[in-house]
Amino acid sequence: MRPLAEVQQEFAAALRDPKLPIPRGCVAPDGSTDEKRFAVYRNNVASSLIDCLAESYPAVRRLIGEECFRETARVYAAQDLPRSPVMLDYGGGFPAFLEHFEPLAELAYLADVARLERAWLEAYHAAEAAPLDPTALARVPADRAGDLCLTLHPSVRIVCSPFPALSIWHMNIADAEVKPIDLEAGGEDALVARPEADVHVRTLPAGGAIFLTALAEGKPLATAAECASHSSPEFNLTDHLTSLLEAGLVIAGRLKRRRSRGH
Amino acid sequence: MSILRATSPHRTHHEIPARAGVGLKAPHYRTVLETRTDVGFFEVHAENYMGAGGPPHRYLTEIRARYPLSLHGVGLSIGADRPLDRNHLRRLAELIGRYEPGLFSEHLAWSSHGEHFFNDLLPVPYTRQTLHRVCEHIDQVQESLGRQMLLENPSTYVAFAESTFWEVDFIAEIARRTGCGLLLDVNNVYVACTNQHWDAARYIDEFPMAHVRQIHLAGHATDEDAQGRALLIDSHDRLVDGAVWDLYVRAIGTLGPVPTLIEWDQNLPPWGELHAEAQRAESILSGERQCEETLRAAAG
Repeated sequence: MRPLAEVQQEFAAALRDPKLPIPRGCVAPDGSTDEKRFAVYRNNVASSLIDCLAESYPAVRRLIGEECFRETARVYAAQDLPRSPVMLDYGGGFPAFLEHFEPLAELAYLADVARLERAWLEAYHAAEAAPLDPTALARVPADRAGDLCLTLHPSVRIVCSPFPALSIWHMNIADAEVKPIDLEAGGEDALVARPEADVHVRTLPAGGAIFLTALAEGKPLATAAECASHSSPEFNLTDHLTSLLEAGLVIAGRLKRRRSRGH
Repeated sequence: MSILRATSPHRTHHEIPARAGVGLKAPHYRTVLETRTDVGFFEVHAENYMGAGGPPHRYLTEIRARYPLSLHGVGLSIGADRPLDRNHLRRLAELIGRYEPGLFSEHLAWSSHGEHFFNDLLPVPYTRQTLHRVCEHIDQVQESLGRQMLLENPSTYVAFAESTFWEVDFIAEIARRTGCGLLLDVNNVYVACTNQHWDAARYIDEFPMAHVRQIHLAGHATDEDAQGRALLIDSHDRLVDGAVWDLYVRAIGTLGPVPTLIEWDQNLPPWGELHAEAQRAESILSGERQCEETLRAAAG
């Protein structure tokens, strides 16, 4: 008798590669091998992965059409099978795949729209966390405010694009009306977060993405603000901080210890 | 959605009643909560609630507070030769701790190989070797979860030439050795029997009913194999077939009333249509219950 491991090794290989013959011993009731019977398994695997991607990337699907999406997803799924039974995490590599997928190269913005959709999905499933009471920050002495390190809500995602990816996404979710878009109009940075039950997506003003990224990396407020002002002189720290706190996207703060001198 | 809390409210029901239940799907969350629909229980796929937080958990928490819940795993790969995924077992244990489901079930199938997960329920050869491995895995599941699991009979499209057991005997032997309960999927019985040219009535009659704790009913699609023989696909995308209802009545006649789930995973209908399917099962269950009660009363 063949070891079970060998039976499953052969079965798994034939599932992945449609050019391989039907695994030995897989039979119809009369003992014959039947291509169509084994094809049910091949098809189940492929279509379940395509369906999962179709659910995760509805705007990309609307942008390129159902048929084109399914063919694109089929190519992606064949080279990136899930690594976990938790399918909520599947498809994280799809945006990067789209970026280099030759047949869709003309749609340069497509990968960024996919990145937004992925950020949305990650925010949707992210951990819950209670926001920091803003009055707690008011008690920080003014001369120490710059040393504040803020912890952002676990659902916060930032997506930067040289294209108006957020506007394109907005027009392609559900049944939104599609209008002409100027692809040369400049890039858009988006903040995606789910502080409570609903995912919010909004455009970040100039410097916002750099500021938030610096905070997420653990940089203190003064350093994060410096980074942002450096790239966008019009960056306004007070406005950014207020909107972040009001949106419930800061969940903790601590003061970075200054290095004492003379040691 | 803002009324939904992220924390657990008080809940009462743990046991799954011998009534009809429905597989819970995200598009029906709001209707279920708003209409407070009369359903015996809900069932969810465990893997759909393995995210850290967010609306799925918020809705399930609210729904669990109002209805009994059963948990159905689709990713443990019990039939694989390789060891069970300990991380996945830990995730299941966490979910069970959090939602306290009345029943937990998994499949007689495999879905993981090497580092990959195929997201489909793949068939196993019915041999002593597989029997040994599956029983080992079920022992490990029941030990690490600290509770009985139910094992579901599969839909299959191919058979293995090396099989030495009939599927029913194979499943009966697993239940005997491990003490696991069984989930009798009547649609799978019909699909497997049609595809493998087995007698479905005999399958039901010989199934080890003493171990059955739950029934599943679902719709299937119809196709043909390369020789033009009927090939049914377990698609969960339509109404339960008439022949499956007939087999269900036959099974209930032996079993008596047991928790019965309507599964519908693809091409979801409006809630009303799904609820009507559950009511059809419910009326078969209550017919059986009344029949039992009448006989008991007549016996004085």
